Amino acid sequence: MPTVTVQLFASYADMLGAPTVELPLTPGTTVQDLLQRLRSLPGASALPPAPRIAVNRTFATGEQLIAPSDEIALIPPVAGG
Amino acid sequence: MRRASIVDGAIDPASLIEEVSSPQYGGISLFVGTVREVNEGRSVSAIEYSAYKSMASAELERILDEAEERFGISALVVEHRVGLLALGEVSVAIAAAHPHRAPALDSTRYVIEEIKKRVPIWKKEHYSDGTREWIDPTRAAQVSGT
Repeated sequence: MPTVTVQLFASYADMLGAPTVELPLTPGTTVQDLLQRLRSLPGASALPPAPRIAVNRTFATGEQLIAPSDEIALIPPVAGG
Repeated sequence: MRRASIVDGAIDPASLIEEVSSPQYGGISLFVGTVREVNEGRSVSAIEYSAYKSMASAELERILDEAEERFGISALVVEHRVGLLALGEVSVAIAAAHPHRAPALDSTRYVIEEIKKRVPIWKKEHYSDGTREWIDPTRAAQVSGT
């Protein structure tokens, strides 16, 4: 089964204990679906109800479809400045 | 002159002023963010900044595009630093130049406010008691009700 890599940063990387995770990718997978699969991983129960996800370096909506070549990242609350 | 950079080394705000300066501009606005010694009553010894660099650069570019569209500003430079910063060190600097002061002032304000909302940069505060914590401004907002 094809997979997609999800990049994790800051507090989310600490929660899941890794900077990236691999998730299975079935045809028609949306951002929301991916998030649900992510929640089954150890440590993911500490994630907020609706974490922000970026697809190809742009914030994505829950309905957005994901392709295997997409660059996916889970974005913790930002704190720059 | 337009540039957005995520940098590892020290930021020199004076060099940003120089970068946007031109005889055609009558006003230059500079915002400089530095590491503060106290946050929510806790004594801070240093701040560790990290970023999703490729997206942070892309998001900064989008913010500069928006500032140009809103305020007609074309001389706009921003640098944000990542890594371990000591107290008082510069974490971010934004310089904007325009023939008139209002667009220059409005642009620096706009850029820093948007950075705080949407540029994927995080900070882990190191406290004087040896503990460390990722900062979550959304949680702070919920607690204080602001």
